[in-house]
Amino acid sequence: MQFFYQVGRYFIFLRSLFINRESFKTYYHLVLEECISIGIGSLFLVVLVSTFIGAVSTVQTAYNLVSPLIPRYVIAQVVREMTVLELAPTIMAIIYAGKVGSSMAGGLGTMRITEQIDAVEVMGINSISYLVLPKIIASMLMYPMLVVIAGFCSLFGGYLIGAATGIITPPEYIFGIRFVFNEFTITFALIKSLAFAFLISSISSFKGFYTQGGALEVGIATTGAVTNSVIAVLIADYLLAQLLLA
Amino acid sequence: MIKIKDVSKSFDGKMVLEAISGEFEKGKCNLIIGSSGTGKSVLLKCIVGLIPTDEGKIFYDMRNFSDADHEMKAEIRREIGMLFQGGALFDSKTVEKNVMFPLDILTKMKPDEKLDRVQFCLKRVGLENAGKKMPSEISGGMKKRVGIARAIVNNPAYLFCDEPNSGLDPQTSILIDELIQELTYEFNTTTIVVTHDMNSVMGMGDNIMYLYKGHKLWEGGKEDITHSGVKELDDFVFANKVMSSLRGK
Ligand SMILES: Nc1ncnc2c1ncn2[C@@H]1O[C@H](COP(=O)(O)OP(=O)(O)OP(=O)(O)O)[C@@H](O)[C@H]1O
Ligand SMILES: [Mg+2]
Repeated sequence: MQFFYQVGRYFIFLRSLFINRESFKTYYHLVLEECISIGIGSLFLVVLVSTFIGAVSTVQTAYNLVSPLIPRYVIAQVVREMTVLELAPTIMAIIYAGKVGSSMAGGLGTMRITEQIDAVEVMGINSISYLVLPKIIASMLMYPMLVVIAGFCSLFGGYLIGAATGIITPPEYIFGIRFVFNEFTITFALIKSLAFAFLISSISSFKGFYTQGGALEVGIATTGAVTNSVIAVLIADYLLAQLLLA
Repeated sequence: MIKIKDVSKSFDGKMVLEAISGEFEKGKCNLIIGSSGTGKSVLLKCIVGLIPTDEGKIFYDMRNFSDADHEMKAEIRREIGMLFQGGALFDSKTVEKNVMFPLDILTKMKPDEKLDRVQFCLKRVGLENAGKKMPSEISGGMKKRVGIARAIVNNPAYLFCDEPNSGLDPQTSILIDELIQELTYEFNTTTIVVTHDMNSVMGMGDNIMYLYKGHKLWEGGKEDITHSGVKELDDFVFANKVMSSLRGK
């Protein structure tokens, strides 16, 4: 019962994002500010994690492909398929939920318990759209870019480790990542990243926005934001794969 | 003038306000008093619509606020200035930006006009040098005063203050009370102040509404509060040592 109540409230929340908005100019600055904090703030973590994932995937794929009959460029091809399709958009989404989602929920939760949201509301501003819409728009602008960067970094991580350890030479690696390349995987990754960005930012904001109580509840809302966003991302991941790839 | 009629509110079956009616006059300081937990803040939030009432109607100068659509509500709210119990400053913005916020959103003033107005209001609360500080860098009393500056920056027709001087030293308290009074008389605002400080009550109580466990037990002016004949109110008024020594006379 509680579950359906929350889902219903979530959809009402989404609806009120779009009714009675403020002027376009107001949002422009807010979105830019959010973009800077989300994009620049997450860049280092994304680069770090994706480079390592690429490197590790390369080493492990090489370890598994022991047959001399399989050409070595296949390693690069496998790494490409894994990172572009799944690792870059989905693993990054989980990291993004942990970093950006939790800070959205924590920020809004704190604003709620210290009556800052009430202060916005009492001025006759639609607090949901004023505070949350910029976060969602900024997420949907920045997250796909982060995914592109993550994809590049993980391929580059694989290249570096291949060259450094001699598992796969740079020419082989470059040949492999270009071999029978289907551009749709990129489109698919971008579609996924848009969906994930929306889910993470809206669910986390929802959790934070309706915090009740004190500092303890803000902590609970933050954890809840991450857990719920991750679950939603995984479900969406499956559904999108079914819809677009099957 | 703000008029409320039979306002009731309960949380999870627990009655917090029961059929409160009353009038808050224009150009006067209307006080809501009562001990801690009697529902003063809840009543104030019901009046501005932050908490939906279970029953009852609220009128702002004959405009029905309870049944207003979103446009109408927003219009009325743009005429409201509110000071929250904890200050409720935006902690990501400087003091100056906090005070400027209502102007940014609600007016089309030019940047230097806004800055002038903000400086004027900060001066009014004695904080002209704190404009560039962040809320985390100023004291609790200063936060309250910034909150007042923010509440009055847009020349509100209705001013709501939830315990404007709790946590302040007696001198600053009096300054704040006087400030609220001055603003009320000067701009003819309808002011509602929630307080449990007898100093403020005797200083600024043009109209006083006494709440006790969610009921309105008494209303009147500060002249009559010491001989109201209501036992609960007497206990409240004379809880203070100074006041109780007066009682003896
Ligand atoms: N959101 C809420 N949910 C449930 N109960 C609430 C809520 N807000 C207030 N209450 C209850 O309503 C009662 C009145 O609270 P209120 O904050 O109005 O007290 P108050 O008169 O302002 O007290 P104080 O002088 O300490 O600020 C309290 O018993 C409180 O527990
Ligand atoms: Mg209170």
